Amino acid sequence: MPLALLVYDTLYGRLGVDPVRDIEHRLGRTALYFLIVTLAVSPIRMAFRINATHLRRALGLLSFSYAFLHLLAWAFFDMGLLWAQMLSDIVKRPYLLFGMTAFILLIPLAMTSNRFSIRKLGRNWRQLHKLIYPAAILVSLHWLWALKLWSGWPLLCTGAIIALLLYRLRRSFAGLSNLFIKNN
Amino acid sequence: MKLGWSDVTPEAVWLNRRAFMAGATALAATPAFALSGSPSAFSTDEEPNSFEEITNYNNFYEFGFGKEDPARNAGALTTDPWSVEIGGMVDRPGSYGVDDLAPEAALEERIYRLRCVEAWSMVIPWLGVPLAGVLNKVGVQPGAKFVAFETVLRPEEMVAQRGGGIDWPYREGLRLDEAMHPLTILATGLYDKPMPNQNGAPIRLVVPWKYGFKSIKSVVKITLTDKQPATSWQSLQPSEYGFYANVNPQVDHPRWSQATERRIGAGLLGGRQETLMFNGYADQVAGMYQGMDLAQNY
Repeated sequence: MPLALLVYDTLYGRLGVDPVRDIEHRLGRTALYFLIVTLAVSPIRMAFRINATHLRRALGLLSFSYAFLHLLAWAFFDMGLLWAQMLSDIVKRPYLLFGMTAFILLIPLAMTSNRFSIRKLGRNWRQLHKLIYPAAILVSLHWLWALKLWSGWPLLCTGAIIALLLYRLRRSFAGLSNLFIKNN
Repeated sequence: MKLGWSDVTPEAVWLNRRAFMAGATALAATPAFALSGSPSAFSTDEEPNSFEEITNYNNFYEFGFGKEDPARNAGALTTDPWSVEIGGMVDRPGSYGVDDLAPEAALEERIYRLRCVEAWSMVIPWLGVPLAGVLNKVGVQPGAKFVAFETVLRPEEMVAQRGGGIDWPYREGLRLDEAMHPLTILATGLYDKPMPNQNGAPIRLVVPWKYGFKSIKSVVKITLTDKQPATSWQSLQPSEYGFYANVNPQVDHPRWSQATERRIGAGLLGGRQETLMFNGYADQVAGMYQGMDLAQNY
């Protein structure tokens, strides 16, 4: 749906003066929003007993797809396929390095988002998919680092990611201490 | 022969319009009057960006951090009356009106490339006067070495000044020889229109061989000094923004390469073009930086 809107706006010249930047940034932001929603599925279930786990895989894949399109838009429209400059930029610019690393971390997650892999990997599948946590942090840094000044919305999104991760951390600590108490 | 924007309209129509506009201005001092400037040898023959592009995509952080924010929010700025306080090491300090500094009859059209530090660029047909003429008029004293500029501080009209981010008012500065360079102008219009608010009305600086942020907008204060003045971006992030801010493809911004740029309006598959040393004005300005390490003095 966000993609359809974006394509519509592009075709009808509704993107404003710099369509390249609009396309690239909108794709990136959409990827981030889907990532946040994906991360929110478990906390929402734990806190409000609303179970959306069956949607989680689709949400994660949507996030990945938008991240992929964001990367393509950067390479084609923004950088004009200047491979050498792209490579040296990725190595030299922390925000590009953060973004690229996050994307690479998400690749195996997207690839193993099918029943066959889940069955095959068993317990390891859960471990592997914890890569979404570092990826989420890197994605926030990628956005914040790309800006010249601190600004509200990206900070709010980063805050949401941190809150969702902290919630998990607290839960797992609570789980550990429960275990500890029982063992005594 | 260099074509000016006046050549786009047939001359007869153009003269008629001028006569009409002159009459109209005399009748009612409407703020939307047309301006014109004599053509200049300093103009580039590259195709200028459209008025639409120039006025809807720019940075003017006083009105917000987004590129569309200035066009959206700058309407609230009162630009008339306006005065510029010129002081410091000058013979005739005082408060000058926009017409004193840049009388309409003296306006030149300068079609300049503009390179933003964010690696995008445009071509803009400014109307303005050389800053050197203004400084000569007020009489620069021998000890002066730098020129400091300040943007108006008016939080009630400039939304982003109510918040943090930058220590308002916005400040910029030039070395005296840079300020006196014939390429450096005070602009009061673009195309044949008075300067739109979002582009720095009513009077702004344009220094085409430096990154856009050096060309301070809506100027209210010009001070001649013997010390290098503090500038807003340099104070905020000295590792990223130096005092000189000369366009230089060899010196990267810490967070992105400056080797290439994206020309606004080039379209989706416009790709990138190489950034030129001093934004293509090296022949005219390189001499001022001889013997300086531009990686140190960025």
